[in-house]
Amino acid sequence: MVGSKPAKMLPFFLIGITLLFFYLPILIMIVFSFNGSRSLTNWAGFSTQWYTQLFNSRDMMAAVMTTVSIALISTVISTFVGTITAIGLSKSNKVIKETVLMISNLPILNPEIVTAIGLMLLFSAFAIRRGFATMLLAHIAFSIPYVILTILPKLRTLDPNLAEAAMDLGATPWQALIKVLVPQITPGIVAGALIAFTMSFDDFVISYFVTGNGVKNISILVYTMSKRINPTINALSTILVVIITIALVLVNALPMLRKKERIAIE
Amino acid sequence: MRKLIQFKNVVKDFDGQLVLKGINLDIMENEFVTLLGPSGCGKTTLLRILGGFIEQSEGQVFFDDIEISKVPPYKREINTVFQRYALFPHMDVFDNIAFGLRIKKTSENIVKQKVTKMLKLVNLEGYENRAVTLLSGGQQQRVAIARALVNEPMVLLLDEPLGALDLKLRKEMQLELKKIQKEVGITFIYVTHDQEEALTMSDKIVVINEGEIQQIGTPTDIYNEPENRFVADFIGESNIIDGIMIDDYRVFFDGIEFECVDYGFEDNEEVDIVIRPEDLDIVPLEMGKLSGKVVSTLFKGVHFEIVVETPNRKFIVHTTDNSPIGTQVGLHFFKEDIHVMWKMGTY
Repeated sequence: MVGSKPAKMLPFFLIGITLLFFYLPILIMIVFSFNGSRSLTNWAGFSTQWYTQLFNSRDMMAAVMTTVSIALISTVISTFVGTITAIGLSKSNKVIKETVLMISNLPILNPEIVTAIGLMLLFSAFAIRRGFATMLLAHIAFSIPYVILTILPKLRTLDPNLAEAAMDLGATPWQALIKVLVPQITPGIVAGALIAFTMSFDDFVISYFVTGNGVKNISILVYTMSKRINPTINALSTILVVIITIALVLVNALPMLRKKERIAIE
Repeated sequence: MRKLIQFKNVVKDFDGQLVLKGINLDIMENEFVTLLGPSGCGKTTLLRILGGFIEQSEGQVFFDDIEISKVPPYKREINTVFQRYALFPHMDVFDNIAFGLRIKKTSENIVKQKVTKMLKLVNLEGYENRAVTLLSGGQQQRVAIARALVNEPMVLLLDEPLGALDLKLRKEMQLELKKIQKEVGITFIYVTHDQEEALTMSDKIVVINEGEIQQIGTPTDIYNEPENRFVADFIGESNIIDGIMIDDYRVFFDGIEFECVDYGFEDNEEVDIVIRPEDLDIVPLEMGKLSGKVVSTLFKGVHFEIVVETPNRKFIVHTTDNSPIGTQVGLHFFKEDIHVMWKMGTY
């Protein structure tokens, strides 16, 4: 096949604009987080004032604390519950498995607003004081189905006799779970936990409806300030981008380093 | 020899479907017992009941004279080699074999000694640190056997362990398994649908079909004196003939009365008769006890498989001399080649 030169360039062009589309906004955000003025469009010289303001703003820091603690706690709990549910389902008969999966998948397919209003009504019907606890419960609830969905495919690829083999060799059911099954599905558990964490971290719709008494996460804070947006949010976002980048680099680099080490030892 | 395992009227149903219909079976110490039958006959179910992975619906299982139905698998002195080995993929060969010992909190010193000894037994010295996922089927098989045997069980259960191997490797492993069994001196219970495998390795064969034991006996018993049509048909190729037992030592089929070595039937009882293809011989027309025409011949390597059509049926003959298709020939056999069996109630 002989293509004309422009045709050959087309894929690169597409990749180029796609990357631009994804990363240019982030880049602009980072740049403007160091802007000297309040403007989001005009550059007025370098300054770190928004970072100082961010760390001095009680509202901002409270929102960060709420977001991070809810994300961490809900990730731990939903990953644990999701993992044992997935393992249980993989050993259940077909009818139970499909029924549970259907019930579990429904919230994923449902528009978030429906889940949000439903939870809100539930909490008010039982006169539960809305705040940190209700938000946490909601986050745990909507994360579990994603964890189950991430882990189940990994379980399907396992030899169905693995747990039995462990018990046959003297392991109690608990030991079989911890020493054999869990190590096998660790990549799935990690992926599930990451999804749960991300989902919780930037959730707005559900959080907005189930919170109260001034408890706000980052999303709620940003949405409620959108009318008079101030560049501290650029500073906060920049910090998040930096943390995520460092995490990604570590996740990708560590296995390679370990491999190198092992080779060096051998 | 001591009775090590006793199945007493073991019944198992899955959602109303009877898989085992009352199994009574004794297994002795140091025996190599094979449960042989077609797929779905219940042999694996019986093995899983013994391993403790499922519980029977009715009946008892005794191990060393103790009822063990409620004992969980991790407390039984029984280890299993699973169909697809079920090795732990995240551990290397050494850790796989050491798993059972470490669960029992054995000191690392002894673990190392025992694992090394096992690796030697299964011919895998030097493979300690290999990933099990990178081993060949035969090597994985050996790891699975070592992993089970290192716990020094009183019984080893093997669930069609050679099914995934190619023919040549399978034959090697058959001999090796037999050798290992002699060396460690424990009971092996082996499940297979391969009759040749069963005949090669076993001290005792238990033929099972549709959840019922058809015959228990030594390989020679099972082959030479099949108890019914199913066993005769399943173990090797056979010519199975309907006949009538006129009297002791006299049987009638295909319009002729023959002398035989069987007795103890009712007079004029309807029976099934089996004549093994290798017991039939092709002779000139006038010298045969039966006569017919050659309708097909197949070269099988060691022998020819020749089909001779007589007025009543087709006989399969295994012989080293070929006869061209279309020739009229005689069929010869001796009186001890006729095996008379009771008719099966449900077949």
